[in-house]
Amino acid sequence: MKILVAVKQVAALEEDFEIRADGRGIDPDFLVRDLNEWDDFSLEEAVKIKEAATDPIEVVVVSVGPDEVDESLRKCLAKGADRAIRVWDDAVEGSDPVAIARILAAVAAHEAPDLLFAGVQSSDQSFAATGIATAGLLGWPHGAVVANLQYSPGAKSAVFRRELEGGLLHEVEIQCPAVLTIQAGINTPRYASLRSIKQAAARPIEVKSIADFRLDATQVGESGSLSRVRRMYVPEKGRAQLIEGSPAEQAARLAAIIREFKGVA
Amino acid sequence: MAGILVIAEQRRGELRPVSLELIAAAQELRQGGDSVAVAILGPEPQEFVAALTVAGVDEIVTIRTEVPEFDPDTFEAAAGALIAERRPAVVLVAHSVDSFGYAAALAARQGFGFASDVFKVERIDGELVATRGGYGQKVSVELDFPGRSTVLLCLRANMWKAPDPGASPNVTAFAAPAAPSRAAGRSFVEVSAADDVDMTAAEFILTIGRGVGEEAKIPQFRELADAVGATLGCSRPIADAGWLPKSRQVGQSGKTASNCQLYIAMGVSGAIQHLAGMKHVSTIVAVNSDPGASIFGVARYGIVGDIFEIAEELRKSF
Repeated sequence: MKILVAVKQVAALEEDFEIRADGRGIDPDFLVRDLNEWDDFSLEEAVKIKEAATDPIEVVVVSVGPDEVDESLRKCLAKGADRAIRVWDDAVEGSDPVAIARILAAVAAHEAPDLLFAGVQSSDQSFAATGIATAGLLGWPHGAVVANLQYSPGAKSAVFRRELEGGLLHEVEIQCPAVLTIQAGINTPRYASLRSIKQAAARPIEVKSIADFRLDATQVGESGSLSRVRRMYVPEKGRAQLIEGSPAEQAARLAAIIREFKGVA
Repeated sequence: MAGILVIAEQRRGELRPVSLELIAAAQELRQGGDSVAVAILGPEPQEFVAALTVAGVDEIVTIRTEVPEFDPDTFEAAAGALIAERRPAVVLVAHSVDSFGYAAALAARQGFGFASDVFKVERIDGELVATRGGYGQKVSVELDFPGRSTVLLCLRANMWKAPDPGASPNVTAFAAPAAPSRAAGRSFVEVSAADDVDMTAAEFILTIGRGVGEEAKIPQFRELADAVGATLGCSRPIADAGWLPKSRQVGQSGKTASNCQLYIAMGVSGAIQHLAGMKHVSTIVAVNSDPGASIFGVARYGIVGDIFEIAEELRKSF
C-alpha cells in the first residue's frame, strides 16, 4: 500500500523584484522559495492515513525541480514521508503545469501507488491544473478540491467531499487508484520536530532524470507544454488612496470613515 | 469552422452566472465569421436554453447526461467528443471547482492549448493571447499557444459583464458517448454554521487575515469589531486554522459580502479567492504592512502599517 504525494517548491517575490531581461520571468535573485502551502495539507493527509493504518503504508513524495528543491523534500521527510524522489533535467526548464504533469504521471506509473495526492493549486502560479492533468495522462479517476476524505487503506474506493463555491460540499465516491487534489484546511499540518529535521538531513533523496522514466526532452519544457509565457509585466497598481501619517493619525482617519458610514447607515 | 465553444455551467438546476460571462468573453473575442456555440450538460439540458439565449449566441448545444450533477468522466468525454466534432479554435470554460475537476485532464489528453484563471483574452497579430496573474497577482503573465489548433481557457469569474438577452440561436442536441463514471457524486452537503452569523447580510465587516499571526490575537480583533459595530470576518487561512468558524470566511469557498458597504481588511493579502467575495464593496479599507499586497488593488483607502498598532489606536476612538 502506497500513497504518492506530488509537491512543488514555490517561489514568492521579494518586496522589490525585477523582471528578467527577456521579459518572460522573474530574476531568480528576487525569489524566496518554500514548500507550497497546499502540499503541506496533502502530505499531512497521507501521513495521517499511514499512522491510522494497521498494515504498513509507504508515503512517497515526488517533486520536479533542480537541486534546491531537496530542501522542500527534506521538510517532507521530516514530517513523515518515507521516501523522496526528485526528477530533473535541464530540458525541464520552461515547463508549464501539463509538462510537469507528464513527468509526474511517468513517476506514478512507475511507483504504482493506491492514491496520488497533489495540492489543489500552487501559491505562485495558481493554475490548479497539475494534479488533474496528471490524472488525465494516467487515465485514472480523479477528484479536485478535496476538503474531507474517508479512505480505508487497501479499499477499492474512497469517499471524499469536494469543496464547491459558496460553502457547499459535494460528496463523491471514487474508484482507486485515483488522483485527488487536496484543499487547504482539510487537516492541521504538523510541525516537524527538531529531531526529525536532523534525521531528515541525513536521509537520501532519490534523484532521477527524465530518461529514467523513458521521457525525452521534447516531452517536457516548452515543447512539452500547452502554453508558453509570452511576456510578464507588473500591472498598473490599483487606485487605493493611501492614508499617510503616524499610526494614531491613520487610525483617526479610519475612525472618521467608520463614523461617516454609521452616520448614513 | 474557426468557432468559439463555450461550455456553460449549472448546478442543482440553476445556471451558474459565470456561464453568461463566458458568452460575453466569446463575443468580445469573435472576429469575422467566427460562430459562438454554447454547450450545456445535464439531465434536462433544454431547461437552460431560455437563460442562455443572450446576445452573441449562434447555437445552443444541449447534451443530456445520465448523471444528475457534475461528474469528471461524463464531462470530459462529452466535451472531448463535441470538440472533436466541431473543432473550435477556442473553448471557454469557467475557472471553477467543476472545471478544476476535468479541464486540465481533457487538455492534457487531447493536446489542446491550455491556461486557467485567465482574466483577459485577445488576439495579437492573429495569435491568441491569454493573460493571467502570477505570484499572488503581483505580476501579469501573457501566454500564447504556438502550434495548438484548439485552445481551452478557464476564465476567471466576475471579469466580463453578462450580455443582454435576445438572440435567435439554433438549438441542437448532441449525443455524447457513454462514459462510465468512476467518481460518482452522491449528495450535496451544506457546511453547517458553527455560529449564527450571516456574513451575506452584514453591512459593515471587519475582516482579519493571515497577518494576525496567532490565535491569541483573535479576541483583540473580536473586541475591536464589537466596539466599532462591525461583523467580524476572516480570510481562508484563519478559518482553516480553526481560529474562527467557517461561517465567517469571506471569499469564493466561503461567503460573499453581498450587502456590505464598508469593509475593513486587516492583514489580508488579497488572494484572488478572497477578492471574489468582497471586491464589489463600495468602500474597502485595507490595512497591511506589505505595500505590495494585492488587497490595495481593490481598496478605496489603504493604510500601510502594522495592524496591531492601527487596531490599538482605532480602539481608543470607540
